[in-house]
Amino acid sequence: MSSDVRFTDFKSDKQPTWCPGCGDFGTMNGMMKALANTGNDPDNTFVVAGIGCSGKIGTYMHSYALHGVHGRALPVGTGVKLANPDLEVMVAGGDGDGYSIGVGHFIHAVRRNVDMSYVVMDNRIYGLTKGQASPTSREDFETSTTPEGPKQPPVNPLALALSAGATFIAQSFSSDAMRHAEIVQEAVEHDGFGFVNVFSPCVTFNDVDTYDYFRDSLVDVDDTDHDRTDYNAAKDLILDMDKEYQGVLYQNEGAPSYEQAHGVTENMAEIPDSAPDDAMDLVREFY
Amino acid sequence: MPADFNWAIGGEAGDGIDSTGKIFARALSRAGRHVFTSKDFASRIRGGYTAYKIRTSVDRVQSVVDRLDVLIALTPRTIDENRSELHDSSVIIYDGERTTMQNATIPDEVIGLDVPLKRLAEEAGGAIMRNVVALGAACAVADFPIENLDSALQKRFGSKGQKLVDNNKEAARAGRDYVLEEYDHAFDYGLQTTDEDYVLINGDEAIGMGAIAAGCRFYAGYPITPATNVMEYLTGRIEQYGGHVVQAEDELSAINMALGGARAGARAMTATSGPGIDLMTETFGLVATSETPLVICNVMRSGPSTGMPTKQEQGDINQMLYGGHGEIPRFVLAPTTIDECFWKTVEAFNLAEKYQIPVYLTADLSLAVTEQTFPPDAFDMDEVEIDRGKVVDEETIEEWQNEKGQFKPHALTDDGVSPRAFPGTTEGAHMTTGLEHDELGRRTEDTDMRVEQVDKRNRKVETAQEQESWSPREFGDPDSDNLVVSWGSNEGAMVEAIDLLNEEDISVHFISVPYIFPRPDLSDEINSADDVLVVECNNTGQFADLLEHDALARVERINKYNGVRYKADELAAEIKAALGEVEVTQ
Repeated sequence: MSSDVRFTDFKSDKQPTWCPGCGDFGTMNGMMKALANTGNDPDNTFVVAGIGCSGKIGTYMHSYALHGVHGRALPVGTGVKLANPDLEVMVAGGDGDGYSIGVGHFIHAVRRNVDMSYVVMDNRIYGLTKGQASPTSREDFETSTTPEGPKQPPVNPLALALSAGATFIAQSFSSDAMRHAEIVQEAVEHDGFGFVNVFSPCVTFNDVDTYDYFRDSLVDVDDTDHDRTDYNAAKDLILDMDKEYQGVLYQNEGAPSYEQAHGVTENMAEIPDSAPDDAMDLVREFY
Repeated sequence: MPADFNWAIGGEAGDGIDSTGKIFARALSRAGRHVFTSKDFASRIRGGYTAYKIRTSVDRVQSVVDRLDVLIALTPRTIDENRSELHDSSVIIYDGERTTMQNATIPDEVIGLDVPLKRLAEEAGGAIMRNVVALGAACAVADFPIENLDSALQKRFGSKGQKLVDNNKEAARAGRDYVLEEYDHAFDYGLQTTDEDYVLINGDEAIGMGAIAAGCRFYAGYPITPATNVMEYLTGRIEQYGGHVVQAEDELSAINMALGGARAGARAMTATSGPGIDLMTETFGLVATSETPLVICNVMRSGPSTGMPTKQEQGDINQMLYGGHGEIPRFVLAPTTIDECFWKTVEAFNLAEKYQIPVYLTADLSLAVTEQTFPPDAFDMDEVEIDRGKVVDEETIEEWQNEKGQFKPHALTDDGVSPRAFPGTTEGAHMTTGLEHDELGRRTEDTDMRVEQVDKRNRKVETAQEQESWSPREFGDPDSDNLVVSWGSNEGAMVEAIDLLNEEDISVHFISVPYIFPRPDLSDEINSADDVLVVECNNTGQFADLLEHDALARVERINKYNGVRYKADELAAEIKAALGEVEVTQ
């Protein structure tokens, strides 16, 4: 890894087609800074993206990358990381990708605790399909498919993560560029599954969860006496329905990653050009 | 005395049928006899009816037959289920003291041996060994030296301590002695032993072993009958070679994990059965479009829906050949024997990487769960060759970069195969996507690039069709006017059926096809035969449809796939050109 990597090295020459003012610009900048600040470079980094506006990020960043099917980015990232633990793996997606179609994978990725980061661009709306309710939309949020609102409580992704045994739970705001980059960087540095829910406002289809709303309402845990290693304190913040928080809400640094627990260390791309030397032993087992 | 000997143990699920059957099969194999097994089993943990059958001979056996010589019946239903296969020299070993067997009727024509299995087992150290007592009794009936059981018992129970092994040996001898002492009867059987060394292996295990031999190091799967055995085989073994098995939360995850492993450069695999293939189908299209080498093993069972999970069927050809929206290039390999399960697995990995394409490797349930004997050199590891295809490194990557130094993972090439750079390769960073893409792997809707990428992916298939061998296996009389074609596990039974037919002066030319796509062109053989019979375990004849399709006269095709609909004037011009009336100038 070269020491002179700049965050712009992670930027591709493809111009984003996100709407002007989209939160995803800021989210992506923070991701690139976090990768550069942790000593990674595009050739040792693998970005996996889901489907939706957020899924386009693999095109606008420069690294090894796969833009996959809807909701399945986390399993792909898991496969990449376990097959070559030397790679830095970052998975990106949106609230629909991660908390609706892919929510099963989210729970199990959290449990598994593979050493990778997961950045969710949560705009509380389906943007690419032009404005339908998402799993994090408010109960009374009116959209083309929910004219009177979804009439069901939004998913609380941080609570899902905590209940599934997460070792790193954070939330950031794409417009607070410094803090957002810092928080994603901590997720990358975390020795396990680093989960960051990013408020990444949709300026076209969501007139409720706006930049102004988040600027006015977000409370930074670093401005409180919150102890991120205190599970119960984290639980209280995460289940606090009256406030939204940014920062690292919970971290358990002692838990072993999946790779540590299972002894996964090899770059599996490297194999001999014939069967293994002692492969006849496999046959002899069947005597 | 027939050359083959047919034996079975039957009872309820939970009676230890499978384990007991396997001990006897291994004892026969260790004694230098060929073995072919079959299982009647149910998708339940306890109860019902389950049986393990063995056909054995000093000659190679490749099928089961409808004749049973010795039956160990733990339940009355076992006798009913097998009644039609019994003959007047058949022997039924049963425990008349067992409550459930007290109402059992032993057919008049067969020899019933009432052996107090449980009581003798208790005397040897525990009632749980009653099946081993029955094995000992069977040894007496079959005139099979009991010492041959010992090494099989050692293998089965050795890890649980020598005391248990010794108790089991004693239990077996108690069963043998009881029969010899209580029944003064000369039975019709005598099982010869030989000095041959055989291994006893089933299709799932052969696939797993083939995967390790071929360099597969990453496996992700979700348990499903009858494919779970592949995953269980790999677990604990693949780690010894630096690999890993992940149990995913579902098949959607399993194939995506395997895809991730393959993108990272590992030889990766998942195995499942039909219902799992259904779930994996969306990602299958992504695997093909992103040109990722992946082996997807489908161990077929009866469908549709949950179907009959523990029963044989070859019903998934259409699913594997056509599953998925859009047009997805793929290969479909279908080994026809257990040793070929090993070799076709190796071949599947080579084909996947050489052509950067998803490969279905399919075995039917019978192939997967049948244990059969082979000489060890049927799996000669020195014969395993690994071809990773067009992998570039730091030195060779430059010729595959554009003027901006960007690597082209989907470069348009003459043979359709693009270079592959494993993550970590300097200057190789690139993306790929399930969207139609350009040479750099970036989304495009450009009509020309769309056509070029579709053509390129199909060109890989054409290249493979030309460069690889897709030969069938042939048996019987090649000059016969009677042609029989089959695929999958039918081969063994058909090969033996040829001998039976020959005895009645019926000659047959038999072609067994291990490739569903690409597949050998059998048009000449089909057209020159008087009768063509296609054998397969399904209702509609899916493989027969393919052969009929191959042998049909061709229609001329007019195709468009650049993403734009036909226009009337364009279509008129195309049709005129096809009819030879005017050249198309566009």
